[in-house]
Amino acid sequence: MTVTTEAPVRQKAPAPAPKRRTVWRRMRDDWWIYLFLLPTVVGYGLYTVYPLVASWWYAFLDWPGFADVGTFIGFANFELLWADDLFWNSFRNSLVFLAIAVPLRVGLALLLAIVLNRRSTPFRGLFRTLLFLPVVTTGAIVGVVFTLILDAGGPVNLALVKSALVDSPVDFLGSSGMSLYSVIGVWVWKWLGITLIYWLAALQTIPNELYEAARIDGAGNWKEFRYVTLPLLLPFLVVITLIDMVGALNVFDLVMTLTGGGPAFSSEVVEVYIYRTAFGATVPQLGYASAAAVLFGLLTMALAIAQALGIRAARRAMA
Amino acid sequence: MTATRSSRWLIGTGLALLCAVWIYPFLWLVSGSLKTNPEIFGKGLNLLPEAPVWENYSRAWSEVGFSSYMLNTVLITLGTVALVIMRSALAGYVLGRYDFVGKKVLIGVFLVTFFLPEGYTIIPVTQLTDQLGLLNSHLGVVLGLGAGGHAAATLLYAGFFRTIPKDLEESARMDGAGPLTVFFRIMLPLAKPITVSVFILQFLAAWNAYLLPLVFTLSHPELRTLAVGMSAFVGENDTDWAGMAAAAVLSLAPVVAVFVVLQRQFVESLAGAVKQ
Repeated sequence: MTVTTEAPVRQKAPAPAPKRRTVWRRMRDDWWIYLFLLPTVVGYGLYTVYPLVASWWYAFLDWPGFADVGTFIGFANFELLWADDLFWNSFRNSLVFLAIAVPLRVGLALLLAIVLNRRSTPFRGLFRTLLFLPVVTTGAIVGVVFTLILDAGGPVNLALVKSALVDSPVDFLGSSGMSLYSVIGVWVWKWLGITLIYWLAALQTIPNELYEAARIDGAGNWKEFRYVTLPLLLPFLVVITLIDMVGALNVFDLVMTLTGGGPAFSSEVVEVYIYRTAFGATVPQLGYASAAAVLFGLLTMALAIAQALGIRAARRAMA
Repeated sequence: MTATRSSRWLIGTGLALLCAVWIYPFLWLVSGSLKTNPEIFGKGLNLLPEAPVWENYSRAWSEVGFSSYMLNTVLITLGTVALVIMRSALAGYVLGRYDFVGKKVLIGVFLVTFFLPEGYTIIPVTQLTDQLGLLNSHLGVVLGLGAGGHAAATLLYAGFFRTIPKDLEESARMDGAGPLTVFFRIMLPLAKPITVSVFILQFLAAWNAYLLPLVFTLSHPELRTLAVGMSAFVGENDTDWAGMAAAAVLSLAPVVAVFVVLQRQFVESLAGAVKQ
């Protein structure tokens, strides 16, 4: 989902404008354009731009929930947050999630896409559909279902014990050493299919003649992949990784229903921390939670900027 | 020749095994929804129930309140999808075809907020909805899910409308049609493939939404959606596994059905999005 935002093709050069209109004149003539934009501007303004700005304001308030307004306390929330082990714990969990889940999802999906893209592979459409199926399902419900499947008496443990891979059932969701990784596993399972579709679309942009040329030059499977496929996929890699990273920051539904962030906060990611502080606690702390959200937002913004730079570098390398 | 054929079968078998593991959770779920409670964990890995227990479904439907959750989800999903399609088609049309004062600013705002995570905006959005008096209403959830965000849908429409030749609407204008007529009579029908894509993606997002409906309906359980109601069901009733499995099947079925029917468009719209 790259954002193509080049201004529409400018057929007319700006120089010989037929009649110069003032800004106000133009806006008055184009009134209907603004009418068309009205729902978007009002909706987007209220539900996206305003929250973005308001979060910053809330972050400087002492605002116990259910009070109508908060009181300004400067940077106190950030100071508290800085010393809050649980916040940093959730922050670290989010980073671990990103660092493990995203490469796993992107890499596995690429591998499968390459296999599914080969004409010789049988039943390609069917396999693609089956691998995609979890994507359309509801995360919260999938989470609940997996608490049963990963239960000590559930089918996964039953299979593991029966096949003598483990002696006693593994506590996937209930042990603090495993919980985060189990959530990562379920997340990769649920979302791999969509990344697979992205990769297949990317692979289809590579013209067949290139492969034929490589064959004629005597390239084997590996060389073909290394010198034809991989370089051409590089720009897609950046975009797909970005999409998946944003996905990895929106894991509230799975974490909440699989582990609730536990045990002992071992799988609590930032989103769950914010929810718990703002809505789940007995004394909700809206200002404090907003400060956490602002720091979290800065992290995502930094990631997005790094990616944008990466895309630009990749495009330059291609040109 | 034999080498390639055997490798073909090897790959095919490997993929078949992988896919079997992949969809096993769904098979297990459907089978569990037809078993008795002791049977689910007692019968080991056997997927076939001794005798299908259809009562699980009627129990899930009536006792858990799933019929009202289902109705809430349908209303909220359709409302959100309609809202997003309407506003992004209108905005995409003028963004894709016209120059106007403020266009660059608008696109800039879209870009900056493109990847804004939901966890970041949930607190102000909840406060705003509360102040509008819409917290704990269907409309509040619809606006929360559909009024902001979704810049991708707008940009998809803009990209499409940009490719349509100008003479089409100019001749309509000559005949005296106003901008709204041109848009609804000519442009929107032309954009049907984009509308299908946006419909699919939004349907999925709204049906599966969790955080926002959860927060908005915290004090009004009767407004819960399937996703929220299902997880609450577990908290309140953690022994009726079979009823839970039936409830899960019921809540997943509509979205899976939409996927099966619109499968081709589904895949194409996703692929199209990344190719841009």
